[in-house]
Amino acid sequence: MKNSRVFDLLGPIMVGPSSSHTAGAVRLGLMAGKILATEIRKARILLHGSFAQTGKGHGTHLALIAGLLGMYPDDERIKIASQLAESYGVIINFENIDLGQVHPNSVKFELTGANGQKSTIIGSSLGGGKVIITEVDGFRVKFTGEYSTLIAVYPDYPGMIAEITTQVASAGVNIAQMKVSREGRGRKALTVIEADEVIKDIVVQHIKGLPKIEKVMYLEQMN
Amino acid sequence: MRSYLELLEQANSNKSKISEIVILREMEATGLDREQLLAKMKLNYSVMQQSVEQGLTSEWRSFSGMVGGDAARLIEYGKSERTLLGHTMNKVAARAIAAAEINAGMGRIVAAPTGGACGVLPAVMITVQEIIGSSEEEIIMAFFTAAGIGMVIAERASVSGAEGGCQAEIGTASAMAAGAAVELAGGTPEQTAHAGAIALKNFLGMVCDPVGGLVEVPCIKRNAMGAIKAMTAAEMALAGIKSAIPLDEVIDTMASIGRQMPCSLRETAQGGLAVTPTGKRIEENIFRG
Repeated sequence: MKNSRVFDLLGPIMVGPSSSHTAGAVRLGLMAGKILATEIRKARILLHGSFAQTGKGHGTHLALIAGLLGMYPDDERIKIASQLAESYGVIINFENIDLGQVHPNSVKFELTGANGQKSTIIGSSLGGGKVIITEVDGFRVKFTGEYSTLIAVYPDYPGMIAEITTQVASAGVNIAQMKVSREGRGRKALTVIEADEVIKDIVVQHIKGLPKIEKVMYLEQMN
Repeated sequence: MRSYLELLEQANSNKSKISEIVILREMEATGLDREQLLAKMKLNYSVMQQSVEQGLTSEWRSFSGMVGGDAARLIEYGKSERTLLGHTMNKVAARAIAAAEINAGMGRIVAAPTGGACGVLPAVMITVQEIIGSSEEEIIMAFFTAAGIGMVIAERASVSGAEGGCQAEIGTASAMAAGAAVELAGGTPEQTAHAGAIALKNFLGMVCDPVGGLVEVPCIKRNAMGAIKAMTAAEMALAGIKSAIPLDEVIDTMASIGRQMPCSLRETAQGGLAVTPTGKRIEENIFRG
Protein backbone atom coordinates (compact mmCIF):
# COMPACT_ATOMS: atom_id res chain seq x y z
CA MET A 1 0.00 0.00 0.00
CA LYS A 2 1.39 3.39 -0.96
CA ASN A 3 0.71 6.67 0.79
CA SER A 4 -1.30 5.22 3.63
CA ARG A 5 -3.18 7.61 5.90
CA VAL A 6 -3.78 7.61 9.65
CA PHE A 7 -7.38 6.46 9.39
CA ASP A 8 -6.51 3.62 7.01
CA LEU A 9 -4.72 2.10 10.01
CA LEU A 10 -7.25 3.12 12.66
CA GLY A 11 -10.61 2.68 11.01
CA PRO A 12 -13.09 2.34 9.56
CA ILE A 13 -15.67 2.07 12.29
CA MET A 14 -17.57 -0.96 11.08
CA VAL A 15 -19.67 -3.93 11.97
CA GLY A 16 -17.53 -7.07 11.89
CA PRO A 17 -16.19 -9.50 11.19
CA SER A 18 -14.42 -8.71 7.92
CA SER A 19 -13.62 -5.43 6.21
CA SER A 20 -13.75 -7.11 2.80
CA HIS A 21 -16.59 -9.62 3.29
CA THR A 22 -18.78 -7.48 5.57
CA ALA A 23 -17.99 -3.74 5.40
CA GLY A 24 -17.17 -3.89 1.68
CA ALA A 25 -20.32 -5.92 1.00
CA VAL A 26 -22.49 -3.31 2.76
CA ARG A 27 -20.95 -0.62 0.56
CA LEU A 28 -21.59 -2.60 -2.61
CA GLY A 29 -25.24 -3.05 -1.61
CA LEU A 30 -25.53 0.62 -0.74
CA MET A 31 -24.11 1.71 -4.09
CA ALA A 32 -26.29 -0.75 -6.00
CA GLY A 33 -29.37 0.56 -4.19
CA LYS A 34 -28.46 4.15 -5.06
CA ILE A 35 -27.93 3.21 -8.71
CA LEU A 36 -31.45 1.75 -8.79
CA ALA A 37 -32.46 5.18 -7.44
CA THR A 38 -35.93 4.13 -6.36
CA GLU A 39 -37.45 2.11 -3.55
CA ILE A 40 -36.31 -1.46 -3.94
CA ARG A 41 -38.89 -4.26 -4.33
CA LYS A 42 -36.92 -7.26 -5.54
CA ALA A 43 -33.25 -8.30 -5.62
CA ARG A 44 -31.60 -11.28 -7.23
CA ILE A 45 -28.07 -11.37 -5.79
CA LEU A 46 -25.48 -13.52 -7.57
CA LEU A 47 -22.32 -14.32 -5.60
CA HIS A 48 -18.98 -15.02 -7.23
CA GLY A 49 -15.77 -16.61 -5.91
CA SER A 50 -14.93 -16.12 -2.27
CA PHE A 51 -18.25 -14.30 -1.69
CA ALA A 52 -19.99 -17.52 -2.74
CA GLN A 53 -17.66 -19.83 -0.82
CA THR A 54 -17.07 -18.12 2.54
CA GLY A 55 -19.69 -15.38 2.47
CA LYS A 56 -22.08 -17.20 4.74
CA GLY A 57 -19.73 -17.26 7.73
CA HIS A 58 -18.82 -13.60 7.28
CA GLY A 59 -22.38 -12.34 7.11
CA THR A 60 -21.83 -11.26 3.50
CA HIS A 61 -25.47 -12.05 2.63
CA LEU A 62 -26.76 -9.88 5.48
CA ALA A 63 -24.26 -7.15 4.61
CA LEU A 64 -25.39 -7.00 0.97
CA ILE A 65 -29.06 -6.85 1.99
CA ALA A 66 -28.32 -4.18 4.61
CA GLY A 67 -26.61 -2.04 1.98
CA LEU A 68 -29.53 -2.40 -0.43
CA LEU A 69 -31.81 -1.20 2.38
CA GLY A 70 -29.64 1.92 2.73
CA MET A 71 -27.56 0.99 5.78
CA TYR A 72 -23.90 2.02 6.18
CA PRO A 73 -21.06 -0.34 7.26
CA ASP A 74 -21.29 0.71 10.94
CA ASP A 75 -25.04 0.04 11.31
CA GLU A 76 -25.73 -2.49 14.06
CA ARG A 77 -28.94 -3.56 12.33
CA ILE A 78 -26.87 -5.35 9.65
CA LYS A 79 -27.29 -8.48 11.76
CA ILE A 80 -31.07 -8.39 11.31
CA ALA A 81 -31.09 -7.10 7.72
CA SER A 82 -32.78 -10.24 6.46
CA GLN A 83 -35.76 -9.83 8.82
CA LEU A 84 -35.93 -6.10 8.02
CA ALA A 85 -36.07 -6.81 4.27
CA GLU A 86 -38.89 -9.25 4.87
CA SER A 87 -40.82 -6.75 7.00
CA TYR A 88 -40.45 -4.12 4.26
CA GLY A 89 -41.75 -6.65 1.73
CA VAL A 90 -38.52 -6.75 -0.26
CA ILE A 91 -38.00 -10.11 -1.98
CA ILE A 92 -34.36 -11.27 -1.93
CA ASN A 93 -32.89 -14.31 -3.65
CA PHE A 94 -29.30 -15.50 -3.54
CA GLU A 95 -27.60 -17.66 -6.14
CA ASN A 96 -24.01 -18.48 -7.02
CA ILE A 97 -22.51 -17.41 -10.32
CA ASP A 98 -19.21 -17.58 -12.19
CA LEU A 99 -18.49 -14.07 -13.46
CA GLY A 100 -15.21 -15.14 -15.07
CA GLN A 101 -12.01 -13.14 -14.70
CA VAL A 102 -13.08 -10.75 -11.93
CA HIS A 103 -11.91 -10.13 -8.36
CA PRO A 104 -12.68 -13.12 -6.06
CA ASN A 105 -15.00 -11.00 -3.91
CA SER A 106 -17.55 -10.06 -6.53
CA VAL A 107 -21.31 -9.82 -6.77
CA LYS A 108 -23.93 -9.16 -9.42
CA PHE A 109 -27.20 -7.46 -8.44
CA GLU A 110 -30.37 -7.68 -10.51
CA LEU A 111 -32.67 -5.15 -8.91
CA THR A 112 -36.29 -4.21 -9.45
CA GLY A 113 -37.72 -0.98 -8.05
CA ALA A 114 -41.18 0.04 -6.88
CA ASN A 115 -42.13 1.41 -10.32
CA GLY A 116 -40.87 -1.69 -12.13
CA GLN A 117 -37.59 0.00 -13.01
CA LYS A 118 -34.70 -2.45 -13.35
CA SER A 119 -30.94 -2.15 -12.80
CA THR A 120 -28.07 -4.60 -13.12
CA ILE A 121 -24.87 -3.87 -11.21
CA ILE A 122 -21.59 -5.78 -10.84
CA GLY A 123 -19.05 -4.83 -8.21
CA SER A 124 -16.11 -6.14 -6.17
CA SER A 125 -14.86 -5.73 -2.62
CA LEU A 126 -11.13 -5.06 -2.80
CA GLY A 127 -10.18 -5.33 0.89
CA GLY A 128 -10.10 -2.90 3.80
CA GLY A 129 -13.69 -1.89 3.00
CA LYS A 130 -12.75 -0.49 -0.40
CA VAL A 131 -15.03 -1.38 -3.31
CA ILE A 132 -15.36 -0.87 -7.04
CA ILE A 133 -18.38 -0.97 -9.35
CA THR A 134 -17.41 -2.51 -12.69
CA GLU A 135 -20.68 -2.77 -14.60
CA VAL A 136 -23.95 -0.86 -14.66
CA ASP A 137 -26.83 -1.99 -16.92
CA GLY A 138 -24.42 -3.82 -19.21
CA PHE A 139 -21.98 -0.89 -19.52
CA ARG A 140 -18.41 -1.42 -18.31
CA VAL A 141 -17.58 1.23 -15.71
CA LYS A 142 -15.07 1.81 -12.93
CA PHE A 143 -15.90 3.87 -9.85
CA THR A 144 -15.33 3.47 -6.14
CA GLY A 145 -17.77 5.69 -4.26
CA GLU A 146 -14.85 7.64 -2.80
CA TYR A 147 -15.99 10.65 -4.85
CA SER A 148 -19.42 12.12 -5.50
CA THR A 149 -20.50 10.07 -8.49
CA LEU A 150 -22.98 10.99 -11.22
CA ILE A 151 -24.03 8.45 -13.84
CA ALA A 152 -25.98 9.46 -16.94
CA VAL A 153 -27.44 7.24 -19.67
CA TYR A 154 -28.46 8.79 -23.01
CA PRO A 155 -28.49 8.06 -26.76
CA ASP A 156 -24.97 8.62 -28.11
CA TYR A 157 -24.89 11.91 -30.04
CA PRO A 158 -22.43 14.81 -30.42
CA GLY A 159 -22.45 17.46 -27.71
CA MET A 160 -24.22 15.47 -25.03
CA ILE A 161 -21.14 15.18 -22.78
CA ALA A 162 -20.49 18.92 -23.09
CA GLU A 163 -24.05 19.66 -21.97
CA ILE A 164 -23.69 17.45 -18.90
CA THR A 165 -20.26 18.75 -17.88
CA THR A 166 -21.41 22.34 -18.38
CA GLN A 167 -24.14 21.76 -15.82
CA VAL A 168 -21.64 20.28 -13.38
CA ALA A 169 -19.04 23.00 -13.92
CA SER A 170 -21.56 25.84 -13.64
CA ALA A 171 -22.32 24.59 -10.11
CA GLY A 172 -18.65 25.12 -9.26
CA VAL A 173 -18.00 21.38 -8.98
CA ASN A 174 -14.57 20.11 -9.92
CA ILE A 175 -14.54 16.86 -11.94
CA ALA A 176 -11.89 14.42 -10.68
CA GLN A 177 -12.46 11.62 -13.21
CA MET A 178 -14.79 10.98 -16.11
CA LYS A 179 -15.42 7.88 -18.20
CA VAL A 180 -17.70 7.39 -21.18
CA SER A 181 -18.78 3.98 -22.41
CA ARG A 182 -21.19 3.21 -25.20
CA GLU A 183 -22.93 0.27 -26.78
CA GLY A 184 -21.83 1.42 -30.24
CA ARG A 185 -21.65 4.52 -32.40
CA GLY A 186 -24.95 6.39 -32.38
CA ARG A 187 -26.47 3.99 -29.88
CA LYS A 188 -26.71 4.28 -26.11
CA ALA A 189 -23.91 5.79 -24.01
CA LEU A 190 -23.19 5.99 -20.31
CA THR A 191 -21.03 8.61 -18.64
CA VAL A 192 -19.64 8.38 -15.11
CA ILE A 193 -18.45 11.59 -13.50
CA GLU A 194 -16.53 11.48 -10.23
CA ALA A 195 -16.28 14.83 -8.48
CA ASP A 196 -14.47 16.26 -5.46
CA GLU A 197 -17.51 18.17 -4.21
CA VAL A 198 -21.12 17.28 -3.52
CA ILE A 199 -23.25 17.65 -6.64
CA LYS A 200 -26.39 19.39 -5.42
CA ASP A 201 -29.80 17.88 -6.14
CA ILE A 202 -30.79 20.91 -8.22
CA VAL A 203 -27.86 20.21 -10.58
CA VAL A 204 -28.81 16.53 -10.80
CA GLN A 205 -32.39 17.60 -11.63
CA HIS A 206 -31.13 19.97 -14.34
CA ILE A 207 -29.16 17.15 -15.95
CA LYS A 208 -32.23 14.91 -15.73
CA GLY A 209 -34.13 17.66 -17.54
CA LEU A 210 -31.71 17.83 -20.49
CA PRO A 211 -33.30 16.70 -23.77
CA LYS A 212 -32.67 13.03 -24.68
CA ILE A 213 -31.32 12.08 -21.23
CA GLU A 214 -32.74 8.68 -20.31
CA LYS A 215 -31.54 8.12 -16.77
CA VAL A 216 -29.44 9.95 -14.19
CA MET A 217 -28.15 8.38 -10.99
CA TYR A 218 -26.26 10.12 -8.22
CA LEU A 219 -24.20 8.58 -5.40
CA GLU A 220 -22.94 10.67 -2.54
CA GLN A 221 -19.32 10.28 -1.57
CA MET A 222 -18.78 7.53 1.01
CA ASN A 223 -16.09 7.86 3.68
CA MET B 1 5.58 7.43 5.68
CA ARG B 2 8.52 5.56 4.18
CA SER B 3 10.54 4.91 7.31
CA TYR B 4 10.21 5.14 11.05
CA LEU B 5 13.77 6.44 11.26
CA GLU B 6 12.64 9.49 9.30
CA LEU B 7 9.86 10.09 11.84
CA LEU B 8 12.31 9.65 14.70
CA GLU B 9 14.80 12.12 13.27
CA GLN B 10 12.07 14.67 12.68
CA ALA B 11 10.74 14.21 16.22
CA ASN B 12 14.22 14.60 17.67
CA SER B 13 15.09 17.70 15.67
CA ASN B 14 11.73 19.28 16.58
CA LYS B 15 12.10 18.08 20.18
CA SER B 16 8.57 16.71 19.93
CA LYS B 17 6.75 13.43 20.29
CA ILE B 18 6.23 11.03 17.37
CA SER B 19 2.49 11.67 17.54
CA GLU B 20 3.05 15.38 16.92
CA ILE B 21 5.02 14.67 13.73
CA VAL B 22 2.39 12.19 12.50
CA ILE B 23 -0.46 14.63 13.06
CA LEU B 24 1.43 17.48 11.33
CA ARG B 25 2.08 15.28 8.29
CA GLU B 26 -1.53 14.13 8.23
CA MET B 27 -2.77 17.73 8.30
CA GLU B 28 -0.54 18.52 5.36
CA ALA B 29 -1.55 15.43 3.37
CA THR B 30 -5.31 15.65 3.92
CA GLY B 31 -5.94 19.36 4.32
CA LEU B 32 -7.86 18.63 7.51
CA ASP B 33 -7.07 20.71 10.58
CA ARG B 34 -5.86 19.42 13.92
CA GLU B 35 -9.29 19.62 15.56
CA GLN B 36 -10.90 17.55 12.81
CA LEU B 37 -8.26 14.84 13.08
CA LEU B 38 -8.46 14.77 16.88
CA ALA B 39 -12.27 14.59 16.74
CA LYS B 40 -12.13 11.66 14.33
CA MET B 41 -9.64 9.84 16.55
CA LYS B 42 -11.76 10.57 19.62
CA LEU B 43 -14.75 8.97 17.92
CA ASN B 44 -12.62 5.91 17.09
CA TYR B 45 -11.54 5.61 20.71
CA SER B 46 -15.09 5.88 22.01
CA VAL B 47 -16.22 3.09 19.66
CA MET B 48 -13.24 0.99 20.83
CA GLN B 49 -14.26 1.55 24.47
CA GLN B 50 -17.86 0.61 23.71
CA SER B 51 -16.84 -2.57 21.91
CA VAL B 52 -14.70 -3.65 24.88
CA GLU B 53 -17.45 -2.83 27.37
CA GLN B 54 -20.02 -4.70 25.31
CA GLY B 55 -17.76 -7.71 24.94
CA LEU B 56 -17.05 -7.94 28.67
CA THR B 57 -20.63 -7.67 29.80
CA SER B 58 -22.83 -9.29 27.22
CA GLU B 59 -23.61 -12.83 26.24
CA TRP B 60 -22.20 -12.37 22.78
CA ARG B 61 -22.00 -15.25 20.35
CA SER B 62 -19.94 -15.25 17.20
CA PHE B 63 -21.67 -15.51 13.87
CA SER B 64 -20.92 -19.22 13.50
CA GLY B 65 -21.67 -19.94 17.17
CA MET B 66 -18.13 -21.34 17.48
CA VAL B 67 -16.94 -18.83 20.08
CA GLY B 68 -18.25 -16.32 22.60
CA GLY B 69 -18.30 -15.44 26.27
CA ASP B 70 -14.55 -15.91 26.76
CA ALA B 71 -13.86 -12.26 27.61
CA ALA B 72 -16.42 -12.37 30.44
CA ARG B 73 -15.00 -15.71 31.61
CA LEU B 74 -11.46 -14.35 31.71
CA ILE B 75 -12.23 -11.07 33.49
CA GLU B 76 -14.21 -12.98 36.10
CA TYR B 77 -11.27 -15.31 36.74
CA GLY B 78 -8.97 -12.29 37.01
CA LYS B 79 -10.88 -11.14 40.07
CA SER B 80 -9.80 -14.25 41.97
CA GLU B 81 -6.63 -14.43 44.05
CA ARG B 82 -5.33 -17.18 41.77
CA THR B 83 -4.92 -14.95 38.75
CA LEU B 84 -1.51 -15.71 37.27
CA LEU B 85 -1.33 -12.55 35.19
CA GLY B 86 -2.38 -10.22 37.97
CA HIS B 87 -5.44 -7.99 37.75
CA THR B 88 -3.95 -5.53 35.28
CA MET B 89 -2.58 -7.93 32.68
CA ASN B 90 -5.68 -10.07 33.04
CA LYS B 91 -7.69 -7.03 32.00
CA VAL B 92 -5.43 -6.47 28.98
CA ALA B 93 -6.07 -10.00 27.74
CA ALA B 94 -9.81 -9.93 28.51
CA ARG B 95 -10.34 -6.57 26.86
CA ALA B 96 -8.58 -7.71 23.69
CA ILE B 97 -10.78 -10.79 23.52
CA ALA B 98 -13.86 -8.68 24.25
CA ALA B 99 -13.50 -6.43 21.19
CA ALA B 100 -12.50 -9.37 18.99
CA GLU B 101 -15.60 -11.31 20.10
CA ILE B 102 -17.81 -8.34 19.27
CA ASN B 103 -16.24 -8.26 15.81
CA ALA B 104 -16.92 -11.96 15.30
CA GLY B 105 -20.53 -11.46 16.36
CA MET B 106 -21.21 -8.67 13.86
CA GLY B 107 -21.01 -5.90 16.44
CA ARG B 108 -19.50 -2.46 15.88
CA ILE B 109 -15.70 -2.16 16.16
CA VAL B 110 -12.83 -0.06 14.83
CA ALA B 111 -10.56 -1.89 12.38
CA ALA B 112 -7.08 -1.49 13.92
CA PRO B 113 -5.51 -2.12 11.50
CA THR B 114 -8.04 -4.80 10.50
CA GLY B 115 -11.25 -6.28 11.86
CA GLY B 116 -9.43 -9.48 12.80
CA ALA B 117 -6.92 -7.56 14.94
CA CYS B 118 -9.39 -5.05 16.37
CA GLY B 119 -8.87 -6.06 20.04
CA VAL B 120 -5.18 -5.24 20.53
CA LEU B 121 -5.19 -1.42 20.42
CA PRO B 122 -8.26 -0.89 22.64
CA ALA B 123 -7.02 -3.39 25.24
CA VAL B 124 -3.60 -1.78 25.54
CA MET B 125 -4.72 1.85 25.35
CA ILE B 126 -7.58 1.57 27.84
CA THR B 127 -5.39 -0.29 30.33
CA VAL B 128 -2.38 2.01 29.98
CA GLN B 129 -4.69 4.99 30.44
CA GLU B 130 -5.88 3.41 33.70
CA ILE B 131 -2.35 2.67 34.94
CA ILE B 132 -0.83 6.04 34.05
CA GLY B 133 -3.91 8.14 34.63
CA SER B 134 -3.47 9.74 31.21
CA SER B 135 -5.83 12.48 30.12
CA GLU B 136 -8.23 12.04 27.21
CA GLU B 137 -6.04 14.41 25.12
CA GLU B 138 -2.89 12.40 25.78
CA ILE B 139 -4.48 9.11 24.84
CA ILE B 140 -6.00 10.52 21.65
CA MET B 141 -2.57 11.88 20.65
CA ALA B 142 -0.84 8.57 21.40
CA PHE B 143 -3.07 6.89 18.79
CA PHE B 144 -1.24 8.99 16.18
CA THR B 145 2.03 7.35 17.24
CA ALA B 146 0.31 3.97 16.82
CA ALA B 147 -0.84 5.08 13.36
CA GLY B 148 2.71 6.23 12.50
CA ILE B 149 4.09 2.75 13.13
CA GLY B 150 1.17 1.21 11.22
CA MET B 151 1.65 3.53 8.25
CA VAL B 152 5.32 2.61 7.91
CA ILE B 153 4.35 -1.08 8.02
CA ALA B 154 1.57 -0.53 5.43
CA GLU B 155 4.01 1.15 3.08
CA ARG B 156 7.05 -1.10 3.53
CA ALA B 157 5.17 -4.37 4.04
CA SER B 158 1.42 -5.03 4.38
CA VAL B 159 -1.30 -5.08 7.00
CA SER B 160 -3.39 -7.72 5.26
CA GLY B 161 -3.44 -11.37 6.30
CA ALA B 162 -4.10 -12.37 2.70
CA GLU B 163 -0.82 -10.74 1.68
CA GLY B 164 1.43 -11.18 4.71
CA GLY B 165 -0.13 -13.69 7.08
CA CYS B 166 -1.18 -13.04 10.67
CA GLN B 167 2.13 -11.32 11.45
CA ALA B 168 0.84 -8.48 9.24
CA GLU B 169 -2.40 -8.14 11.21
CA ILE B 170 -1.85 -9.04 14.89
CA GLY B 171 1.88 -8.32 14.59
CA THR B 172 1.19 -4.85 13.24
CA ALA B 173 -1.47 -4.16 15.87
CA SER B 174 0.92 -5.25 18.61
CA ALA B 175 3.75 -3.05 17.33
CA MET B 176 1.41 -0.07 17.00
CA ALA B 177 0.09 -0.57 20.53
CA ALA B 178 3.57 -1.04 22.01
CA GLY B 179 4.81 2.25 20.55
CA ALA B 180 1.75 4.17 21.68
CA ALA B 181 1.97 2.68 25.19
CA VAL B 182 5.58 3.85 25.48
CA GLU B 183 4.65 7.39 24.49
CA LEU B 184 1.78 7.44 26.99
CA ALA B 185 4.07 6.19 29.75
CA GLY B 186 6.50 9.04 29.06
CA GLY B 187 9.07 7.19 26.96
CA THR B 188 11.27 8.79 24.30
CA PRO B 189 10.69 8.60 20.53
CA GLU B 190 13.58 6.06 20.34
CA GLN B 191 11.85 3.93 22.93
CA THR B 192 8.65 3.83 20.85
CA ALA B 193 10.72 2.39 18.00
CA HIS B 194 12.35 -0.22 20.23
CA ALA B 195 8.98 -1.24 21.66
CA GLY B 196 7.48 -1.57 18.18
CA ALA B 197 10.44 -3.60 16.96
CA ILE B 198 10.46 -5.91 20.00
CA ALA B 199 6.74 -6.57 19.63
CA LEU B 200 6.83 -7.16 15.88
CA LYS B 201 9.85 -9.48 16.07
CA ASN B 202 7.78 -11.82 18.16
CA PHE B 203 5.17 -12.30 15.46
CA LEU B 204 7.52 -12.90 12.52
CA GLY B 205 6.39 -15.93 10.57
CA MET B 206 2.93 -16.14 12.10
CA VAL B 207 0.60 -17.51 9.46
CA CYS B 208 -3.05 -16.65 8.79
CA ASP B 209 -4.95 -19.94 9.07
CA PRO B 210 -8.53 -19.22 10.09
CA VAL B 211 -10.76 -22.23 10.63
CA GLY B 212 -13.54 -22.16 8.04
CA GLY B 213 -12.09 -18.88 6.77
CA LEU B 214 -13.84 -17.12 9.64
CA VAL B 215 -12.36 -14.37 11.81
CA GLU B 216 -12.84 -16.51 14.92
CA VAL B 217 -10.40 -19.39 15.48
CA PRO B 218 -7.54 -18.70 16.18
CA CYS B 219 -7.95 -14.95 15.58
CA ILE B 220 -9.81 -13.95 18.73
CA LYS B 221 -7.29 -15.44 21.18
CA ARG B 222 -4.39 -14.11 19.14
CA ASN B 223 -5.70 -10.64 19.97
CA ALA B 224 -5.07 -11.33 23.65
CA MET B 225 -1.53 -12.46 22.93
CA GLY B 226 -0.92 -9.43 20.70
CA ALA B 227 -1.97 -7.12 23.51
CA ILE B 228 0.09 -8.89 26.18
CA LYS B 229 3.19 -8.84 23.96
CA ALA B 230 2.66 -5.13 23.29
CA MET B 231 2.60 -4.44 27.05
CA THR B 232 5.72 -6.54 27.60
CA ALA B 233 7.57 -4.89 24.72
CA ALA B 234 6.60 -1.43 25.99
CA GLU B 235 7.79 -2.26 29.50
CA MET B 236 11.11 -3.55 28.15
CA ALA B 237 11.67 -0.44 26.04
CA LEU B 238 10.76 1.86 28.94
CA ALA B 239 13.31 0.04 31.09
CA GLY B 240 15.96 0.94 28.53
CA ILE B 241 16.13 -2.39 26.71
CA LYS B 242 16.91 -1.93 23.03
CA SER B 243 16.00 -3.93 19.96
CA ALA B 244 19.24 -4.97 18.30
CA ILE B 245 17.52 -4.84 14.89
CA PRO B 246 15.91 -1.46 14.16
CA LEU B 247 12.14 -1.22 13.51
CA ASP B 248 12.42 -0.46 9.77
CA GLU B 249 14.56 -3.57 9.24
CA VAL B 250 12.17 -5.71 11.27
CA ILE B 251 9.33 -4.44 9.07
CA ASP B 252 11.30 -5.30 5.89
CA THR B 253 11.91 -8.75 7.35
CA MET B 254 8.20 -9.18 7.92
CA ALA B 255 7.53 -8.20 4.30
CA SER B 256 10.10 -10.66 3.03
CA ILE B 257 8.73 -13.49 5.20
CA GLY B 258 5.22 -12.65 3.97
CA ARG B 259 6.34 -12.99 0.36
CA GLN B 260 7.88 -16.39 1.12
CA MET B 261 4.71 -17.65 2.79
CA PRO B 262 2.75 -20.08 0.63
CA CYS B 263 -0.74 -19.06 -0.39
CA SER B 264 -2.21 -21.83 1.79
CA LEU B 265 -1.06 -19.91 4.89
CA ARG B 266 -2.39 -16.52 3.86
CA GLU B 267 -6.09 -16.34 4.79
CA THR B 268 -7.27 -19.02 2.39
CA ALA B 269 -8.19 -21.59 5.05
CA GLN B 270 -6.15 -24.11 3.03
CA GLY B 271 -3.43 -24.72 5.62
CA GLY B 272 -2.38 -24.48 9.26
CA LEU B 273 -5.05 -24.88 11.93
CA ALA B 274 -7.77 -24.65 9.28
CA VAL B 275 -6.89 -28.09 7.91
CA THR B 276 -6.55 -29.96 11.21
CA PRO B 277 -9.12 -32.76 11.56
CA THR B 278 -11.07 -30.65 14.07
CA GLY B 279 -10.75 -27.50 11.97
CA LYS B 280 -12.17 -29.28 8.95
CA ARG B 281 -14.99 -30.79 10.98
CA ILE B 282 -15.95 -27.33 12.30
CA GLU B 283 -15.89 -25.92 8.77
CA GLU B 284 -18.15 -28.69 7.52
CA ASN B 285 -20.66 -28.07 10.32
CA ILE B 286 -20.83 -24.34 9.62
CA PHE B 287 -21.25 -24.50 5.87
CA ARG B 288 -23.49 -27.53 5.75
CA GLY B 289 -25.90 -26.01 8.27
